[in-house]
Amino acid sequence: MSALPFTPAESTLIRADFPILTRTVRGDRPLVYLDSGATSHKPRQVLDAERHFYEHLNAAVHRGAHQLSEEGTDAYEAARHTVARFIGAQDDEIVFTRNATEAINLVAYAFSNGAAGGGGGMGERFRLRPGDEVLVTEMEHHANLVPWQEVCRRTGATLRWVPVTPQGRLDLTSLDGLLTERTKVFAFTHASNVLGTVNPVRELADRAHAVGALAVLDACQSVPHLPVAVTELGVDLVAFSGHKMLGPLGVGVLWGRAEILDEMPVFLTGGSMIEMVTMEGSTYAPAPQKFEAGVPVAAQAVGLAAACDYLTALGMDRVHAHELMLVRRLLDGLAQRPWVRVIGPTDLTDRGSVVAFDVDGVHPHDVGQVLDDQGIAVRVGHHCAWPLHRALGVAATTRASFAAYTTAAEVDTLLEALDRVPAVFGLEVAS
Amino acid sequence: MDLYQQLILDHSKERHGCGLREPFDAQVHHVNPTCGDEVTLRVHVADGVVQDVSYDAQGCSISVASTSVLHDEVTGYPVDQALGTYAAMRAMLTSRGRDTGDEEVIGDGIAFAGVAKYPARVKCALLGWSAFTDALARAGIDISARADVTSPVAASAVGSEHPNDDKDAR
Repeated sequence: MSALPFTPAESTLIRADFPILTRTVRGDRPLVYLDSGATSHKPRQVLDAERHFYEHLNAAVHRGAHQLSEEGTDAYEAARHTVARFIGAQDDEIVFTRNATEAINLVAYAFSNGAAGGGGGMGERFRLRPGDEVLVTEMEHHANLVPWQEVCRRTGATLRWVPVTPQGRLDLTSLDGLLTERTKVFAFTHASNVLGTVNPVRELADRAHAVGALAVLDACQSVPHLPVAVTELGVDLVAFSGHKMLGPLGVGVLWGRAEILDEMPVFLTGGSMIEMVTMEGSTYAPAPQKFEAGVPVAAQAVGLAAACDYLTALGMDRVHAHELMLVRRLLDGLAQRPWVRVIGPTDLTDRGSVVAFDVDGVHPHDVGQVLDDQGIAVRVGHHCAWPLHRALGVAATTRASFAAYTTAAEVDTLLEALDRVPAVFGLEVAS
Repeated sequence: MDLYQQLILDHSKERHGCGLREPFDAQVHHVNPTCGDEVTLRVHVADGVVQDVSYDAQGCSISVASTSVLHDEVTGYPVDQALGTYAAMRAMLTSRGRDTGDEEVIGDGIAFAGVAKYPARVKCALLGWSAFTDALARAGIDISARADVTSPVAASAVGSEHPNDDKDAR
């Protein structure tokens, strides 16, 4: 039997774990938070775990031999184990970073350092040269685009991209021409942060490997919302952030297959990541330590582990089912409003839980303002995916996005509030 | 909503002075990087008077209406007075609501007083006005003497301090 959305009674219990959901905004209006794709709220269990670390275990982990240092290090490494288990990985394949953007930059800079012959990496596959190509897609968040533009600029490699169809899916017919023996890396998103499209990761990874390219996945909008087992995806490296999955700000994750991490040149250097240092030069620790320079984000990692435990207890299959129920409800509601156009797939096949739309004749900033006045928080703008908006011929969109704590009643509130938008701007709409 | 005064709605639908015209002394292109709003704006100055402000704007009602009001409030006025209008407009918009604006100085700009209470929208309301002062500077007008025009605006009030532009002054 397939997983079911949360019942109203379960929803009430879940929401009680999130203190911020009881606050009011813009006067005395209850907060209707539909911006979890930007950042999610954090349950008390996560806040307690972070606080517990600071109150009882606080130490610079992987340093010193005193008891706090031991216990803090144990907590940090236990967090690594929890996060690894959450995505079906081995402990030493998990690298903690400050966020997903840093995780992707870590990989991009590994290619830069590889090209320069530095970084302690021996891997030939990380040497980018003029004539080599980096492939991305037109639906990427700037975090999985700009670092690759920069690495191409530094190495002389060429950036190419897979176009998006008007329906908001990747144009896979273009892959034959774009993936060649020149392609050294193919970086793409699992789930679009604008369209909600879930890409065929396994197929894309296999196609990348067929030409000898590395497959790098931006999983920021998938790991928090659907069951993900990294080893089944077929990719080599995966980046995601903690704060979008009920975890704290300030911690992200890079997962990499062990042999890939082993070959990969380092990015940030300094304390913690070394094996031996002399005045003339240094050798580096094995992964994941060689990618974790400086005092690690231990309290945040512990908080993220608590978020993984929280999501595991809810069941990721049920979180996914719940969010798809909300997406269906919103898409159905929007379909009854011909003055609203959904930007992205309108069926639930291979779909995540963000819904972007355009209100006829009203700029998204103005839509968001009217919704905010009624206590509804949505995202407006280009959502850090400016080229995608340009490709689809819109300057900006309004986006609603969900999490486990979002309710069907909140989707209904959004739909009712949307009905007030055209009138504010003196527009008449057919109902 | 008190943010969307009728005057703002009117200006956003019927944009005064829009379209790019000749002659002009400088053209600038400013964007709001957070939302992608854009304005291309030209100024023409002669005899110390702003002869024309012409523009092509794409954006939310606040940014488009504010640029339309800019056209009305500076065209035909001495440059120094136009800069004073800009300074008063900016002071009101970045005051978080403490400066309610002087209609004698900013005219229809007074309709934007409510924007000051929404920090995320201040940049929208200032987009055209910032482009205007940039265009004046590129047209060779010395705006540095006016501290109320050139002083930095608190970043918390307007987001990015450095709008992108494509440096196509001529």
